[in-house]
Amino acid sequence: MSSSTDAALRRQGPGGLGGPQGTAPQRGALLHQRRTRLLGLLLLLVLVVVAATLSIAVGSRGIGPGAVWQALTDPGVPTEETVIVRELRVPRTALGLVVGLSLGVAGALAQGHTRNPLGDPGLLGVTAGASLGVVLAIHLLGIGTPAGYVWFAFAGALLGTVLVFALGSAGRGGASPVTLALAGAALSALFYALVRAILVSDTDSLDAFRFWVVGALAGRGADIAWQVAPFIVVGLLLALVNAPALDLLGLGEDVARGLGQRVWPARLVGLAAVTLLCGAATAACGPIAFVGLIVPHVVRAFTGPAHRWLVPCSGLLGAALLLLADVIGRVVVRPGELQVGIVLALIGAPFFIALIRRRRLAST
Amino acid sequence: MTQLGARPAAGTRVHQPGETAVRVGPVSGRVRWRQVVVALAAAVAVVLLGAVSLGRGDFPIGLADVLRTLVGLGEDTQEFIVLQLRAPRIVVGALVGLALGVAGALFQTSARNPLASPDVLGITQGASAGAVAAIVLGGTAGGGSVLGGIGVPLAALLGALVTGLLLLLLAWRRGIDGYRMVLIGIALWAVGAALVDWLLTRAEIHDAASAYVWITGSLNARTWAEAVPLLVALAVLLPAALATSRTLAVVQFGDDTARGLGVRLVPTQALVVLVAVALTAAAVAAAGPISYVALVVPQVAIRLTRGPRPPLLASGLLGAALVVGADLLTRTVLPQALPVGVLTAAVGAPFLLWLLVRGRRRSTL
Repeated sequence: MSSSTDAALRRQGPGGLGGPQGTAPQRGALLHQRRTRLLGLLLLLVLVVVAATLSIAVGSRGIGPGAVWQALTDPGVPTEETVIVRELRVPRTALGLVVGLSLGVAGALAQGHTRNPLGDPGLLGVTAGASLGVVLAIHLLGIGTPAGYVWFAFAGALLGTVLVFALGSAGRGGASPVTLALAGAALSALFYALVRAILVSDTDSLDAFRFWVVGALAGRGADIAWQVAPFIVVGLLLALVNAPALDLLGLGEDVARGLGQRVWPARLVGLAAVTLLCGAATAACGPIAFVGLIVPHVVRAFTGPAHRWLVPCSGLLGAALLLLADVIGRVVVRPGELQVGIVLALIGAPFFIALIRRRRLAST
Repeated sequence: MTQLGARPAAGTRVHQPGETAVRVGPVSGRVRWRQVVVALAAAVAVVLLGAVSLGRGDFPIGLADVLRTLVGLGEDTQEFIVLQLRAPRIVVGALVGLALGVAGALFQTSARNPLASPDVLGITQGASAGAVAAIVLGGTAGGGSVLGGIGVPLAALLGALVTGLLLLLLAWRRGIDGYRMVLIGIALWAVGAALVDWLLTRAEIHDAASAYVWITGSLNARTWAEAVPLLVALAVLLPAALATSRTLAVVQFGDDTARGLGVRLVPTQALVVLVAVALTAAAVAAAGPISYVALVVPQVAIRLTRGPRPPLLASGLLGAALVVGADLLTRTVLPQALPVGVLTAAVGAPFLLWLLVRGRRRSTL
């Protein structure tokens, strides 16, 4: 079976699966689509490399490519520039890379599982749960550094998603896109109510929380990246395993079951991946909206709906987008910085709106 | 709700459970009993909660004294407390709840999406951005700003209206597609949220704290100066909203069906969205973005009335009951007075969750 099962299904119907029986023009179309996808994948890889390079070279102190190369390869005497590159820029870039990757992949999975292009992980209780965890850590335990928040944010994110999916699928008939979205909204409301109850009465907590909630890559050392890395690796593996099943689930649960897909295991794996990826990303950087929502919409333009392409490509575009936004945030208000979450919203929103207006929405 | 099709002969019962066809002179229509009962119960709840609320607070006043004061026979102190301190607060609360409930129902019906509410579509975020800018830039941090000069309620009103108009313009392409509107609304929400978060990091912490109370939604220290404009706005907007009710009943079947049934879709949608935006803006300017009333209440109303879509009046009255009740709770039960927005979310959300868990799955709106 070819890697573009869904395209085959669409063009040839179930009887024509397997490629060789297809007529010449059909095969030509398939080849063309595969070429577009490969080209897109290649472009994305280049984009990620460019973004990472910029992220290492650009900052309140510009460092030339020669000095960057020297800092990365030459273990000799540390100069000021090599220290900046090794101690600050490289960890920050690495963190941006894994966080962007996770958010993009989680967005593609969440949209696939809720069958809703609005299935942003933020709507599924992750952000609200993480916020509650962080606020409790600040308010009750007096923790005040991003490295200290990580585990609380992660625990909160896990709790949030698990509760949303438990409640969203508890009603008769199980989880549907509508009940999941509503459960996510209701539970987020509840969590934010607690967050606000604490913050309104405790100014010190607000003072710490307001710098976490904007979502930033700055001030996070390599240790944070290492703390969340195992979760992200497991999450990415689960996501890759889960992606093919999503193509079948996208046809509706009954059809998927009829085609031999075991529905509940696939759902569980997918939800575990979303939870791990999104929870880890939020724990590391604070809530970063928009990457998970916007990236799959862009990627779908050249991959089509096939998740085995959509999921990895979304990850790559997410990483590139996050790094580029971070670079822009360092440049626009020099010598200060605009946090990456804010840059993403301000750049991402107009782009997203243009995308929505241009495309014919084949929804509902 | 009037008949859409051929008029039934006098006295004919439409065979729908819970409905009765009524004809009075030349006017005929259907009465949906569940809607009527829910709306009446909510109205009674608003009145009861309001009456109890008038007597509660740091200076408790018995119900009899409250009633005596209301008809003008009370002592001076009691009259001041009841009529000048508590009554405006409760009236503002009820009106804000009414406006948000109706606005939420309008948005959810016209977009055919349960997530379409002023909270999700960015309109309250726009208001928050305006208000926070006014507080932060007009406060100790900046000064000399235009926004700082016009005052918080006006800045919030402007923020909400600008965001609402942007939503309408950007979602407009030969009419409004509900789905497109929700997606664009989420983008606007993100911009508003980013602005609010960014302004909060730039602010002095005192300004940030007062801005945070404002964006939670509070009824503290509301006077008749807030209640009267809100009352005027609702007197215009509420009839307009109810007038669209019949058309909305058709719109829910989908654009093509609605057109086929003779609805002039484009003007209807524009009117519905504008009315909903204006209702939200008026409510937010008076009390801040009291969270999740507009999102949760219509969904609760739909499940209580078991109708096909959020009923407008019942949603509004339930919203009023929720806000007045939450305000009563903040002032009596809780150890410290929290802004009412904390409570509306904390009370409304579990109720919606309970309905979700208990209820039959509805894949319709």
